[in-house]
Amino acid sequence: MMNAFDQPQTILVLGGRSDIAHAIVRELSSSALQTVVLAQRAGGARTAIPGLPDAVSIVEVDFDATDHASHLAFVEQVAADHGDLDIVIQAFGQLGGDTINTDAELAGALADVNYAGAVSSGLAVADRLKRQGHGVFVVLSSVAGMRTRPSNFVYGSTKAGQDAFATGLGHSLHGTGARVMTVRPGFVRSAMTEGMEEAPFACDPSDVASAVADGLRKKKSVVWAPGKLRYVFGVLKLVPGPIWRFLDR
Amino acid sequence: MEAEQRALTGWGRTAPTVASVVSATADEIIADAGLGSVSGQRGIIARGLGRSYGDPAQNGGGSVITLEPGSDPIRIDAGNGLAHVDAGVSLDMLLRHIVPLGWFVPVTPGTRFVTVGGAVASDIHGKNHHADGSFGAHCTSMQILLADGSHRTITPESDSDLWWATIGGMGLTGLITSVSFTLIPIESRFCTVDTYRVPTLDELIEKMEASDHLYRYTVAWIDLVATGKNLGRSVLSMGNHSTLDDLVELAPKAVADPLDFDPPTFPDIPSQPLNVWTRPAVRAFNELWYRKTPNHHHGTESLTGFFHPLDMASQWTRLYGRHGFLQYQFVVPFEAIDTMRTIITKISEEGHASFLAVLKRMGDESGGLLSFPKPGWTLTYDLPAGINGLGPWLAELDELVLDVGGRHYLAKDALATPAVISAGYPRLDEWKAIRRSVDPDGVWASDQARRLDLL
Repeated sequence: MMNAFDQPQTILVLGGRSDIAHAIVRELSSSALQTVVLAQRAGGARTAIPGLPDAVSIVEVDFDATDHASHLAFVEQVAADHGDLDIVIQAFGQLGGDTINTDAELAGALADVNYAGAVSSGLAVADRLKRQGHGVFVVLSSVAGMRTRPSNFVYGSTKAGQDAFATGLGHSLHGTGARVMTVRPGFVRSAMTEGMEEAPFACDPSDVASAVADGLRKKKSVVWAPGKLRYVFGVLKLVPGPIWRFLDR
Repeated sequence: MEAEQRALTGWGRTAPTVASVVSATADEIIADAGLGSVSGQRGIIARGLGRSYGDPAQNGGGSVITLEPGSDPIRIDAGNGLAHVDAGVSLDMLLRHIVPLGWFVPVTPGTRFVTVGGAVASDIHGKNHHADGSFGAHCTSMQILLADGSHRTITPESDSDLWWATIGGMGLTGLITSVSFTLIPIESRFCTVDTYRVPTLDELIEKMEASDHLYRYTVAWIDLVATGKNLGRSVLSMGNHSTLDDLVELAPKAVADPLDFDPPTFPDIPSQPLNVWTRPAVRAFNELWYRKTPNHHHGTESLTGFFHPLDMASQWTRLYGRHGFLQYQFVVPFEAIDTMRTIITKISEEGHASFLAVLKRMGDESGGLLSFPKPGWTLTYDLPAGINGLGPWLAELDELVLDVGGRHYLAKDALATPAVISAGYPRLDEWKAIRRSVDPDGVWASDQARRLDLL
């Protein structure tokens, strides 16, 4: 249960290896926080989140974003084991490699993770939060979905779909006690973007985390990180096609 | 019974959750074949007038029952001063009925807008705790609907375990449907009150220790923004129910009709987006409040003015803004008065402005396993919830309180952790065992119970 300061006791992270999610967990940690459940692909290294109070127990569980049929039971099991889910962060997703914009098979697989997985796991989370009458679903979208660029339109389109799903889900949950907060970061310096050239308004996972914490306090439904991207994309959406293509070169 | 999906919070307006809210009389609930139609996986909790500050009367995803008074909700046995009252009856309704008959409730908190069921579930206390103990100490029997659907009359003699798990048990042992308790005979609707302006904390402590036993009701309002030589300056008020002789001397006009009771209320305060009680505003208010009090005043006050002054401004909590507020209340044993000094100093020097801060000496425990009051000093203070960094700061206070064997009041709590509560309530495990014996399947549940791991 959240306390009077909206501090969570239990956080579930879908995509438990995400740097941004770790930064959010750190930002939301307090003496109230008891359990962080990291749901991530089986195998791979154990996940550590430095900077959490010793009393917090970190639990790692196997999760496959593309195993859509498993998601409902998965979320229910986590709640049965660890109690009410106060905050659920949807943080899994892939950027895709160099050939993602031309390789049909790879692009389809990317959409299966980033979009279809977001939808099936999102509905499973919503079902649980509705039945407990409270909880916030924090969905990590991306400004890449705000207007898709020629250089990463496949990735951008999956995020556009996820973003539209999340905002619609938020409206559908109105009055149930459950809420959705859609987070739209710009370029974030993280493991996922390592080696890539930085875009303008680049920020760190900790910046996204403090924007998320602020948004939770203010009960916002959409949060941009950094905040000024909201205005930047307000303009970029209106830029004529030839200029948009020019900007992406 | 119609159920309505509604978001509920406590009086502090923090941490809302949505539950299915049912409003019915006890008879309707009992007739409903036990609890079948309202109990789901998330359980049921009773809610009176929602005056608990945090989340004890909310139940996210489950059911919340608000008991309406039945057809004959208040029965007074004038011979022995015993009241038999439906649990959904408010102290406001009860006092309007009994004061004209020459009776007063054995215990009242700072508001008349609590129900009798809530008074038992929180084992409430008032300004007379040092003299009379808590509400539970005056109860002689009650009726309770248990998880198995049985509706039983219990007394401390007939069901000792269940009784003392229910007094202060936050509604988690069953649905209290009616309560019998003793009343206090009174001669008038007034209290004869001595009010003192006390310039320092040390003088206040000394004065309360020396004169508490001379009065049935005592409480001190402390200015928690004053620092330096004014640290802990207070207004101490101590009183007794006025006798007719008192009225002849102090309020001769009231002698003709001494028991006429009709408490006034004023219009609602409108919603405020931001907290009005900033430090400068509180400083100004406190300065005024302190200055307007004479060094010593002896006179009469109405029951409302003396016991329930804030009831006159309904929705006063809106002044705390949209983030809501919390009330921090703890008790430390008498011998730990130095810890109380440390905490008051700490709040005054580092804390956030609070216009409502009261200090009180408490008497004996009632015997309720989760009852808050115990012999010692209790401090209560309000603070807005929308302040960054308040959590760790209050956690420091928690530690000071627990280190000397103190504890926190569940009816005020909106912030504690399971560890803080189990440290303050040494009989918690005993209570849990009794609770599980009468509710093995978890029919009764609340947000607070989940947050504090009480079930």
